[in-house]
Amino acid sequence: MTAPTTAHAEAAGRHARTPWEELVTAALLGTDRRTPPVAAPGRDAPTALLDAAAVQTVRRRAGLRAAPAAERPEPAPMDGRPVVPAAARRRLTTLLADHTGAGGGRRGTAPDLMELLPQWLSLANDRGFAAPPELLPALLNAARGRTDLRPQALVFAGPRAQWLARLNPDWKFALRAAPGRVPGPGPQGEGEIQRRWQEGLFAERVALLASLRSHDPDAARELLAGTWTTERAEDRLMFLDSLRAGLRPADEPFLEQALGDRSRNVRATAAELLSSLPDSALAARMADRAASCVALDRTAGTPALTVEAPHECDAGMERDGVAPKPPAGRGERSWWLGQLVEAAPLTSWQRRLGGRSPADIVALPVADGWRGELHAAWCRAAVRQRDANWSRALLGSPSSPDAAGPGAVSLAERAKLLTTLSASERAEWVAGFIDSHGLSEAFQLLGVCAVPWAPALGRAVVDALNIARDAGSYPWSFSGVMGLAERCLDPAEAVRLEALTAVPDEPEDASPGAGGYWSEAFQRLVSTLRLRAAMRAELDG
Amino acid sequence: MTQQGVRWTADQVLALAPDAPSQKAGSKLGIAGPWSRAGSSVEGAVWGLCKGSGSKPYQTVIDTADATGPAYKCSCPSRKFPCKHALGLLLLWSGEEDGRAAVPDGEAPPDWAREWLDARRDKAEAKRSAPAAGAGTTVSADPDAARKRAERRAERVTAGATELERRLSDLLRGGTAAAEQAGYGLWEETAARMVDAQAPGLAARVRELGAIPGSGPGWPARLLEECALLHLLTSGWLRRDELPDALAATVRSRTGLPAPAQGRPLRDTWQVLAQYDTADSKLTTRRIWVHGEHSGHTALLLSYGAAGRAPALALPVGLALDAELVPYAADPASRQLRAELGEQFTAPGPTAGHPPGIPPAEAAVRYGEALRDDPWLESWPVTLGGVVPVPDGDTGWQLAEPASGLALPIDRSAASRSGLWRLVALSGGAPLTVFGECGHRGFTPLAAWPHDRAETVRL
Repeated sequence: MTAPTTAHAEAAGRHARTPWEELVTAALLGTDRRTPPVAAPGRDAPTALLDAAAVQTVRRRAGLRAAPAAERPEPAPMDGRPVVPAAARRRLTTLLADHTGAGGGRRGTAPDLMELLPQWLSLANDRGFAAPPELLPALLNAARGRTDLRPQALVFAGPRAQWLARLNPDWKFALRAAPGRVPGPGPQGEGEIQRRWQEGLFAERVALLASLRSHDPDAARELLAGTWTTERAEDRLMFLDSLRAGLRPADEPFLEQALGDRSRNVRATAAELLSSLPDSALAARMADRAASCVALDRTAGTPALTVEAPHECDAGMERDGVAPKPPAGRGERSWWLGQLVEAAPLTSWQRRLGGRSPADIVALPVADGWRGELHAAWCRAAVRQRDANWSRALLGSPSSPDAAGPGAVSLAERAKLLTTLSASERAEWVAGFIDSHGLSEAFQLLGVCAVPWAPALGRAVVDALNIARDAGSYPWSFSGVMGLAERCLDPAEAVRLEALTAVPDEPEDASPGAGGYWSEAFQRLVSTLRLRAAMRAELDG
Repeated sequence: MTQQGVRWTADQVLALAPDAPSQKAGSKLGIAGPWSRAGSSVEGAVWGLCKGSGSKPYQTVIDTADATGPAYKCSCPSRKFPCKHALGLLLLWSGEEDGRAAVPDGEAPPDWAREWLDARRDKAEAKRSAPAAGAGTTVSADPDAARKRAERRAERVTAGATELERRLSDLLRGGTAAAEQAGYGLWEETAARMVDAQAPGLAARVRELGAIPGSGPGWPARLLEECALLHLLTSGWLRRDELPDALAATVRSRTGLPAPAQGRPLRDTWQVLAQYDTADSKLTTRRIWVHGEHSGHTALLLSYGAAGRAPALALPVGLALDAELVPYAADPASRQLRAELGEQFTAPGPTAGHPPGIPPAEAAVRYGEALRDDPWLESWPVTLGGVVPVPDGDTGWQLAEPASGLALPIDRSAASRSGLWRLVALSGGAPLTVFGECGHRGFTPLAAWPHDRAETVRL
C-alpha cells in the first residue's frame, strides 16, 4: 500500500509507543490467548486494547502527509486540431452513453444512438476536429468493443489516445492500429522512412507503406522493391496488396517480376494487379487467350457468340496467374475460361467484335448455355477494371423483370457493378430498381449507395415503405432497409415522413397491430433523421 | 426573478439522472420526435407532451427554478426520479434544432402544467412565511412530552451502546480471526439490535464491519481500526455529558441522532462541484458538494432514497445557484460540513472558475485538523491546484504536484472507476485543478478543471 508516510513524531504516552502490529496480532488471536501489550487500571484487556487502537488509528490518520511524487510520465503530444464545438461535444457524450446495452429488445420509437456514432465520427473527422479529452476513455472503450469503429475513432482521438493506451492495457489496440504518419520530404524525411522501413514492426511497416503510397506511389514501390527479396512470403503478399491503391502503368515491371515469385499467392496477386492495368503485357496475353475462346458466329440469322473453353492450362497461363485446379463441383474448362475472360481488358472485346458497343455485345445471344459463365466473368472484369460503360451494359435496365430475378447477373454482382458508376447514377439505378421491384431485394444494392441518399432514391425508398405498410405486412420484415434508411436518408426527408407517423386505420386483411408498429418505426425514422440533422448542425456551428 | 434562467447543458442534465439506464433512456427521448407542445416560461418552467406506448401522451413538467432545487412532475408510472421523460425533455430544452431552441422560450404554460406549478409555488410561499410559527407550535405543543420522548430514546440508545461495547469486548477476547468464519450473520444480527435501539449510526457502522473480513489482504488491521473507532463512538455516547458541546453534538449525530439543520442560513452563489450516489441494500445516499463563491465555504448536501429509489434532490454539476444553505451546526466556527438547501433565489446559472487550489501537503493537513473535531471523519473536501495524475507502482495512481515533488495517493477504490481515466485523459500529463475527498484511504477525485478551460468536468 502506497499510503502517505505515517508521522511517527514524538512518542506521547504509553499507547503511542506500542507498535500497531502488536495490537493487530492481539486482536486477531484474541486477548484470551495473547495479552495485549497495553494495560490500564480498571479496564479489562479488550477494552484497553480498543482504547489503544482508537488512539493509534486517529493519530495515524491525523498524521498523514503527502508522499514523494512518483516519476511523471512524458506529457501527451500536442493536438493542433480545434476541439469540437460544445454542442457537438454534448452530442458525443449522449452517443457514447448509449453503448452499454446495444441490441436486444424491441426497438420502440427511440433512435439507436450507437448506430449513429460512426457517422458522427466521420463528420467530425471531415471537419478536422479533435476529441474532447475527457471523452477519450468512453470513446476508446466503445472502439475496443467494435472493431469497425476503430479507424475513425482513432483518427478522431488523436495523439492523446496513443498516450493513454500506453498507460492502460485495455486500450492496447490503439497502439497497434496507430495511423502511420509519413515524415516530410527532404533527405532527413527519407532517412526516417528508411529507418522505419528497416526497423519497424510489421504493422508499422504496412502502415508506412500505405501512407507513402497515398502521396508518392513510385517512392512506395521503390521502397518495397529495395527489400523485396528478403521479405517473408506472408509479408510479401500484404505489401504487394498495398500497391492496389494508386495502381499505375509504372508499376508493371515490378509486378511482372513478381509473377515469378516463389509463393503462389504472391504470383496470383501480382497477376490480378497486372490485369487491372489494361495496357500491360499480361493483359494483352490474356486478351489473346480469351479471344481464341470466344468467336462471333455470323452464319445464323442473328449473329451469336460461340464459346470454346480452353482444353488445358499450360505453363504460360499458370505463370500469368490462372489457377489450374477448380474448386469442388466446377468443371476445369469453364473455370479456366472464367479466369481468362476476367483478366482480359474489356476494350479488347469491342475491337474483336466488330466495334460493337458494350450494350450490343452483352445483348448478343450466346450459344450452348455459356451465357451465364461469360457474363459473370465480364462482371468481374468490369469491377476489376472499374469500367463504367461495361457495368452499365451488364446491369441493364433497373426495371427489367430480369433485374430482381435469377438472371445472368446476381444481386451481389449488381451491387459490385454499381460501385463503378458515379454516385448519382448509382442512386438513380437503385431508385429505378426499387420502383419496379420493391424493397425485398434492395438491401444489398442500397448498401453501396452514397450517404445521404440522393432525393430520387430517398423518395423511392419512402414510397416503397409506404406501399409495404399499406399492404399490411409487419415492419420488421423490412428492418434491414429501415435501419439503413435511418442512417442514410437525407434528414430533409423528415418533413415528408411526418405524415406517416400517425397510426393508420387497419385494413381488414392486415396483420393485427401492424399499423401501430409501423407508426412506431416511422417515428423512430423521423427522430433519427432529426437527430442526424442536429448532429451535423452542431458540428458546423 | 424576471430574467430567463440559463439553459443547462446536456452534461448537466445527464448528471441529474438517478442511474445509468435512466441516463440512456433519457438520452433517447432528448430529441424532437416524441415531443409535442413543448415550451418553457421565463420563470424557469419547462413542459411538454411525450408520446409513449399508450394512446395518451405523458405530461411532463419541470420547475428548474424551484426554491428547493429542480422539481419534476410526470404522468408516467415510473418510480425513477427524475424519470426518463423529465430527463429527455430537459435534454431537448438544453439543445438546439436547426439553429433555434428546440423548446421555445417565453411561453405561458398550458393548464395542466400551470396547476402543478402554481400549487408548488403556493406551498413554497406558505412555507416561507410560516416557518417560525410552524417550528414554534410543534415545540410549544407539549414541551414536556417532547422532552420525555427524547429521554426515552436516549435511554434506549444507551442500552444499545452498552450492549455493543460488550459485543466488541467479546469479539476481541475471542479474536477477530474467528470473525472471519462467522461471516455477515454475526454483524447483521448486531446491526439489527442497534436498529431496535434507535441508533441508526451505530447500526450502519456495524453493518460495514461485516464486509471487512472479505475485503482482501490487510483486513485484520482495518477491522481493528473500525472496531476501535466504533468503541470510541460508544464510549463517547456513554460519557457525552463530560464532552465539550461541539464534540458531544458530533457524537450524537454520528450515533444517529442528528440535530435538525439549525444554523444561520447562509446565502451565497453555490457552485455545484460534484454529485454521486452510494447504495447499500436498504438505502441510496446521494452526496452533493457545493462551494460558495463568495464565502469560500464548502458544504455537503445529503439526500436519501429508500430501496432502489433515487434520492429526491438533484443539482446540475458545473452550474451555480443563488441560494440559502442551512448548516446543521449551530456554531458557525465548527467544521460541520453538512447543510440543507434552503430557499433558492434563481434558476441555476453558469459559473466561471473553481475553488482556489491548495498543494497536496496542505490537503493532508486539512484532513488532520478536521479529525480534531470529528475523529470519525473518513475524508475532507479539498481542491488541489496544479497537480498531475501520475502512475505509481503497478496499478496505483497519485496526484503529484511537480513544484514541491509531493503527492497524494488516489484512493484504490476510486482508481478502479472510470472517473480516474477521465481525469488522466483530461490532464494528458499536464497539471490541473482537482476537487475531491481527501481521506485516510487516499484522494477520491470528483471534479476537475484543466488550465485552459473554465467549465467543470465531472469525473
